[in-house]
Amino acid sequence: MSALKPLLQAIATPRGAPAALVLVSVVVVAILADHLAPHAYDAQNLMRANLPPSADHLLGTDEFGRDLFSRILYGARISLGVAVTSIGASVAIGLVVGAVAGYAGGWVDRILMAVVDLTWAFPEILIALVLIAILGPGLGSTAVAITVGYMAQFARLARAQIVALKGETYVEATIGLGAGHVHLLMRHLVPNALTPVLVAGMLATGDAIVLEATLGYFGLGAQPPLPSWGAMMSSGVGQMFLAPWVIVFPGLAIAITVVAINLFGDALIDALQIRNRLREG
Amino acid sequence: MFGYFVRRLVMLLPVFLAMSAIVFLIVHFVPGDPIDHMLQIGSSAERRAELAAKYGLDRPIVVQYLLWLKAALGGDLGEAIVLKQPVLDLILANLPYSLALGLSALAFSTVVGVTVGSIAAYFAGSWFDRSVMAGILMGSMLPSFWLGLLLILVFAVQLGLFPVSGARTWDALVLPVLTIGIGGVALIARVTRAAFVEVAQQDFVTLLHAKGMTRGRIFFRHLVRHALMPVVTILGLKVGWILGGAVTVEFVFARPGLGSLLITSLGQRDYPVVQGCLLMLGMGVMLGTLLGDLAQAAMDPRVRDRMS
Amino acid sequence: MALLEVEGLTIGIGRFTPVEGVDLAVDRGEVLGLVGESGSGKSLTAMALMGLLPLIRGEVRSGSIVFDGVDLTDRPPDLHRRLRGRRIALVTQNPMTSLDPIRTVGAQIDEVSRLHRGLDARSARARSLALMDEMRIPRASAVHGQYPHQLSGGMKQRIVIAMALAGDPDLVVADEPTTALDVTVQAQIVRLMVDLVRDRGLALVLITHDMGVVAQACDRVVVLYAGRIAETGPVETIFAAPHHPYTRALIGCIPTEGQRRGTLIGIPGQVPSLVDYPDHCRFAPRCAAASATCTSAAPALDAIGASRVACFHPLGRDA
Repeated sequence: MSALKPLLQAIATPRGAPAALVLVSVVVVAILADHLAPHAYDAQNLMRANLPPSADHLLGTDEFGRDLFSRILYGARISLGVAVTSIGASVAIGLVVGAVAGYAGGWVDRILMAVVDLTWAFPEILIALVLIAILGPGLGSTAVAITVGYMAQFARLARAQIVALKGETYVEATIGLGAGHVHLLMRHLVPNALTPVLVAGMLATGDAIVLEATLGYFGLGAQPPLPSWGAMMSSGVGQMFLAPWVIVFPGLAIAITVVAINLFGDALIDALQIRNRLREG
Repeated sequence: MFGYFVRRLVMLLPVFLAMSAIVFLIVHFVPGDPIDHMLQIGSSAERRAELAAKYGLDRPIVVQYLLWLKAALGGDLGEAIVLKQPVLDLILANLPYSLALGLSALAFSTVVGVTVGSIAAYFAGSWFDRSVMAGILMGSMLPSFWLGLLLILVFAVQLGLFPVSGARTWDALVLPVLTIGIGGVALIARVTRAAFVEVAQQDFVTLLHAKGMTRGRIFFRHLVRHALMPVVTILGLKVGWILGGAVTVEFVFARPGLGSLLITSLGQRDYPVVQGCLLMLGMGVMLGTLLGDLAQAAMDPRVRDRMS
Repeated sequence: MALLEVEGLTIGIGRFTPVEGVDLAVDRGEVLGLVGESGSGKSLTAMALMGLLPLIRGEVRSGSIVFDGVDLTDRPPDLHRRLRGRRIALVTQNPMTSLDPIRTVGAQIDEVSRLHRGLDARSARARSLALMDEMRIPRASAVHGQYPHQLSGGMKQRIVIAMALAGDPDLVVADEPTTALDVTVQAQIVRLMVDLVRDRGLALVLITHDMGVVAQACDRVVVLYAGRIAETGPVETIFAAPHHPYTRALIGCIPTEGQRRGTLIGIPGQVPSLVDYPDHCRFAPRCAAASATCTSAAPALDAIGASRVACFHPLGRDA
């Protein structure tokens, strides 16, 4: 499929290759955590609390004696899983809203975009906190918060693409041939608008991972003993003086993943040559 | 200018109403009786009736919203469930700390960001340009709270240079501002540099050279004003981001402030405080955006005329 | 010696040589026209005269630009910079984009006086107002405080010219000053510039693609084609008896009054691309009189009467 070519092109760059490697590793870890982790993520052993990295515990233990390495491996599943699904939903909803707004125009457009712009005006973390206030803390609330918080940019992007494409002559021609609006949207307009929105979604996933970690760190996201990368660090703050590795390593995992996402996304944008399409009209 | 200000205010009004409405509705969306979310468990029946009457809980939701808004704008934000103080008092006690942090971070990001960005642009393409911009970019991708924790570990715990937490002394601001600042510097440096590079290609720059000015003078006396405009725009847009960063950082560094207050209250389900904080923060975002727009209009005469 | 004497100017950008072996000269009180199609190298020559080639990554590869007896190509670039605005001024092509959009037009003229004449704010403003009057800008005082986007194209161009004159230069290089303007305004601006030359004793290099402007305003003309001179000489001579086929064709392109529809003749063919400039005569592919000599060597610039022509088979001479 022609979608493969830009991906391979992006991988073939000096920044894209290591980034892609890291991303694939993280995904593999997330999927195979059960097999890769030497210990269960919630296996406590208070006799072995706050141990520095050793052969038995590659990255040390936390204040409950749980193996940090295993928790980080499982954490990949949670952090990545929540981020990817939430952004996926966000992209889907944003795409539909933006496409309908862009295509319909008029008051439909204005109303839809007014709602979208409301979320766009405020930082994602505030929106997330409002949603958590309503839904209560937890991983599910975090997922909803991410979906709602990032939707605006996808809707605006999709709308900008559709508006630009609407003016193309082939649209008039297709309508002239008797095609229905839905058909036109689904077969012609949306697939063309898809690329920049998907790439923006990929980049937003990095931000979403950080947001999930931040909420986890506040104690408002994944609840113990779930090993979200952010939540792991919050229980470690009290032990910062005794066991700094509890803070350093989960954060490093986040940092490496997010940097890899951004670098690969950048390489992809260059390969697809859509840098100017990513301005929101 | 004044006309522009009024026009912008009018445009912001619906946003304010929508934002405050959503904050108001929080207690109504949470499962259970709204009164329960405003009072401690086991409050007397009279207290409950008092509140029910004050917020008009038997009347249509729109009326309730208006009553709440009217009270809020008058300074009455209800009473905190846990601390049993008027919410307004809590907010006012914490606000100065958040303002100090937010404004310092803003100033730091802007000054350092514009400086770095302009120097990078002046030497565009050199190793200085590329390494500095790449380094800043890396720094901005890191989660801010992790960066904060690392800074605490290194500078406060190991080196003992700065306080670990709290806000007792002036130097307690340093690490928090640095934490928020790195992301801010990255953004502003990038925008500044890009703005310089773009404006340097404009036609009028040829005439500036033709007038016989040195490159340095052209850059730092003329192009700066042009480059600052996107910076002001971005600052106006990203005020919300700085506020969000402040919220996180206050929590990480255990500093008093609206952010810590909000997060703690969320954990405690202290809804009146949550609503009060969200309302203040929301208004802060809108105020910042408005100031950004006004600054832009002050710098670029085309913007002033455009909106008529 | 003329105020400006350019000999053998060759300009390079990267691996290209867009301008080759250009000679020109202009003295005080004279208007020299530099004419050619887009891509012929006229603007690059203007940039070279101003010393602004580095802005577009270009450089003078060989030749000399002697201004008031000093060869600028042989001196540090800072010397050229100090002459800019003060003794050599530029009028650019597109007034819509030549002015700084966030400063008043008055301030932009004032700046030149303050920079080069050391005037304070008030005197500079007074001087600018006087200049604006000279440019026939009505209500100069009000216009002084306005921004570029509030003014028309013709008005903006007058401001640009005022800016050029504020330093009291001896030489003005005008790169297609009327191309971006309405036809009605074009004639006014051209007339204005010619008057300035006469009144102030300026030297003016007027770059244009429009032979009509050349006929109207210039004393002498240099015709450029694909980076080289095709023909040069006094305007009356060139128009009365053009020797180079290209010049002849250019003159034929000027619409005349009473001209019948459908009789405007263009020049068949296209300008060669910069990427493959041939070494031989560059006009040969489009020339009706081309022969084998024309595609094997480059013609030298020879004198014929009062003009000089680079052609193996010049018109009006025995072949």
